[in-house]
Amino acid sequence: MFSNILIYFVVIPLLMLGGLALCRNIKQIRAVAVAGSLALLALSVYLLVDYLGLRAAGATEPMLYTDSWSWFPTLGINLAVGVDGISIAMLILSAVILLTGSFASWKINPCPKDFFLWLVLLSTGVFGFFISIDLFTMFMFYEVALIPMYLLIGVWGSGNKNYSAMKLTLMLMGGSAFLMLGLIGIYYQGGHTWNLLQIAQSNSIAPDWQRFLFPMTFVGFGVLGAMFPFHTWSPDGHASAPTAVSMLHAGVLMKLGGYGCFRVAIYTMPQAAEELSWIFLILTGISVVYGAFSACVQTDLKYINAYSSVSHCGLVLFAILMLNTTAMTGAIMQMLSHGLMTALFFALIGFIYGRTHTRDITKMGGLMQIMPYLSVCYVIAGMASLGLPGLSGFVAEMTIFVGSFEHADTFHRFFTILACCSIVITAVYILRVVGKLLFGPVQDDHHRSLTDAEWWERTSTITLIVCVAAIGCFPNFFESLIRYTFSPEIFAVIGMN
Amino acid sequence: MDYSQFLAMKQEIGLLVVFLLVFLYDTFASARAAGATGWVAVGLFAIFTLFGFCPTVSEPAEAFAGMYSTNAVMATIKNILNVGTLIIMIQAITWAKQDAVAIRRGEFYEMVLLTLFGMYLMISSRHFLLFVIGLETASLPLAAMVAFDKHRYESREAAVKYILTAVFSSAIFLMGLSFVYGLTGSLYFDRIGIAVAEGGLSLMLIVAIAFVMGGIGFKLSLVPFHLWTADVYQGAPTPVTSYLSVISKGAAAMAFLIVLCQVFAAAYADVWEWMLYALIILTITIGNLFAMRQKNMKRFLAFSSISQAGYIMLGIMSCSELGTAALMYYVLVYIFSNLAAFGVIGAIENNTGCVSMEDYNGLYRTNPRLAFTMMLAMFSLAGIPPFAGFFSKFFIFTSAISQGSVAIYVLVLIALINTIISLYYYLLVVKAMYISQEQGPVATFRSSGSERFALWVCVAGILGLGIVSCFYNSLLGIAGV
Repeated sequence: MFSNILIYFVVIPLLMLGGLALCRNIKQIRAVAVAGSLALLALSVYLLVDYLGLRAAGATEPMLYTDSWSWFPTLGINLAVGVDGISIAMLILSAVILLTGSFASWKINPCPKDFFLWLVLLSTGVFGFFISIDLFTMFMFYEVALIPMYLLIGVWGSGNKNYSAMKLTLMLMGGSAFLMLGLIGIYYQGGHTWNLLQIAQSNSIAPDWQRFLFPMTFVGFGVLGAMFPFHTWSPDGHASAPTAVSMLHAGVLMKLGGYGCFRVAIYTMPQAAEELSWIFLILTGISVVYGAFSACVQTDLKYINAYSSVSHCGLVLFAILMLNTTAMTGAIMQMLSHGLMTALFFALIGFIYGRTHTRDITKMGGLMQIMPYLSVCYVIAGMASLGLPGLSGFVAEMTIFVGSFEHADTFHRFFTILACCSIVITAVYILRVVGKLLFGPVQDDHHRSLTDAEWWERTSTITLIVCVAAIGCFPNFFESLIRYTFSPEIFAVIGMN
Repeated sequence: MDYSQFLAMKQEIGLLVVFLLVFLYDTFASARAAGATGWVAVGLFAIFTLFGFCPTVSEPAEAFAGMYSTNAVMATIKNILNVGTLIIMIQAITWAKQDAVAIRRGEFYEMVLLTLFGMYLMISSRHFLLFVIGLETASLPLAAMVAFDKHRYESREAAVKYILTAVFSSAIFLMGLSFVYGLTGSLYFDRIGIAVAEGGLSLMLIVAIAFVMGGIGFKLSLVPFHLWTADVYQGAPTPVTSYLSVISKGAAAMAFLIVLCQVFAAAYADVWEWMLYALIILTITIGNLFAMRQKNMKRFLAFSSISQAGYIMLGIMSCSELGTAALMYYVLVYIFSNLAAFGVIGAIENNTGCVSMEDYNGLYRTNPRLAFTMMLAMFSLAGIPPFAGFFSKFFIFTSAISQGSVAIYVLVLIALINTIISLYYYLLVVKAMYISQEQGPVATFRSSGSERFALWVCVAGILGLGIVSCFYNSLLGIAGV
């Protein structure tokens, strides 16, 4: 079992949990958290290099490193793992955000030990989800990733945290209720197996059942992907969550939704996806535009960023539903790009809030004079968000819209153009905040005495900025990552190119 | 009469031996030695529980002209009930040391064993006469147990409510049986089964089955036969409440499965499938909706256990071996989760006398381990992975859907939406313990060794029963999937 590299993505977090349980002071806790997430990052980078090597050597299967260990054999449940380029990209993203999140919660208070225990439990679920190809295991890890949010927000959050924590948990678990029904249905209709690859390759779910099960699974994951009208947990949840949790949640957990929509709903039921994609295109189209407009009128920094996340994550689902390779590539890039960029945003907001004790942009101003380092980082994050070439947002959105425009019919074109408008609106709310917050006059004289970033804050932000710039500068790298995911035998049925 | 037939009833005989030994010890022990009655009962019962796992016990056997039979499934469900009863007996030790109870503590253990004997008969009978004897043996001593704190008003009130509803539901059950006898001319399960299959559908059969379901539905506290539950759970002493909520319920669920899926199997599609369908929806939904509003922990768990009974019934819905295995597994997991919750409630009640949910505010700061155990129990009851409750819920849904009709998908969807409602109120407990910042949480205390031991066992069960797959795999094997 331990000869497979993927299993260590679950083993390391579990070891971290054990290590954290033994910790006696804050220094040990930090050491365990940073060492563990560095190990995960190193492992995921090694996996990437090894994966590309295998591909270069001529491996053409849709998934590599596949392995399966029997768990509940009578029901066909296995602990099955396997990754392709998309999963690896997600693993790296999760590791980066866990690392930077650990740095961002350097001085978390109270009960740092409990905080990190829940945070690591959450990431155990995240990593487990991305390496699984067995629907049961995948779903189990998915729920493991959701429930720690309740306590993380409820105990360490701010503002209206009780309400937000309960709303977030119940809405996400509500989504997973639909998901569970969908998955059990897939099991019975797809030939009594939970293995994703087998279901996708045999494509044996009857079209009538697909029409019923596809919305179940898509909505189930779509709730976590903040699809309109199931996005309302997102602004409240993000606004109340502590910094690292916002980072991890917007950066990684919302990607679970997009990844799941693609990997489970579309992968196993392509016919229904093609037939019903118009419904969800409308919904995600609304997400994109509505999220952006909502962000324009918010005054709380976290709410602005949360609505911006709704808009950007809506774009991920929007691109996935276009069902062609170009748009899918864009979706993957957008997942990475948004994950890193929004984590950077939330980290910066957390750092600023830790100093000014307010997130209301009407009560702050002129931060560029007071904390230039954090302000410059904020500008970079903003530029990435509104799609400045050279940073990640531009390449992702460009690819998505080019891919979407490949559809020649009016319906797709109309929604593509509509979604394109969100770029302009994004520029409005980003520049408004940047102008007001960073360059306006100083609103509160107490702010003049505030200090700039500490070393752990700098580590966290620089890591993220480097990643954002790397994606922006080397976008062609992604095409080679996801080339084999769309293997002909899976997508031939819907004539996807 | 061939007396060797009694040897077929290995578990029943063993239980009676334990009962007699405990009774003799309790009666003849000196005043000093009587203090150890609880441990003697636990020790003897533990040996008996181990005995239940011997391979010879699970061999199929029949006695008394087919009135009694046992097989691997029945032996297993009895073993599961034994494990639960053992945990309750350990949990009860501290409670039984209190002055008001100490003088009668032997009776508590004896009545537990006696009612368990009745449940054994319910499970193993192949004839309705024996079944009724089992049902009454399992019901009437429970009323005495509910009234154990006889000087407390709530306890007396609960006992009266329990006995009246028990007798009433027995009467309905017997009425149903008389219809069954009139229709089929027999009370043997197999002959009724054949006669029902040949006789076809009739109004009499529908009424008969409805009455029989009502009778057992009372023991299971299915809605609309649930009205006694909350008051009785609140009024009864905590160990009795936990016994009522897990063991009595688990046995009744198994008996329900046997009666419906074996005796009335032929009437599945025509008669009781839709009855059960409606019962499940009502039970889960109403149990959940009322649980949200409770302020007393025991009432809260009463309604939670009503809705859990609805989930258990999903195992019957498919009427298959898969369903039997899922039901047994659900009962097993439910025993551990609910007993963990009741263990914490009992420990807090014994040490501070608090049972209201407000008293749990800030518990994590003063008693972190108890709070953590309670949280695990709540998560397991709500079906959150990686705890055992997630697996049992998933498997019971999987078993129900194996039946395949669209209606069953709708039923499971309703049940799933209800899990969200249940998650809400389970999280309220977690919120009280972890998040609420009230002044004056219950003081830090150290619970007794027996309480801690029982809680450790429950926590091990919650963590291990799901992830360690051999439990469910072996249950699947026993059920013959």
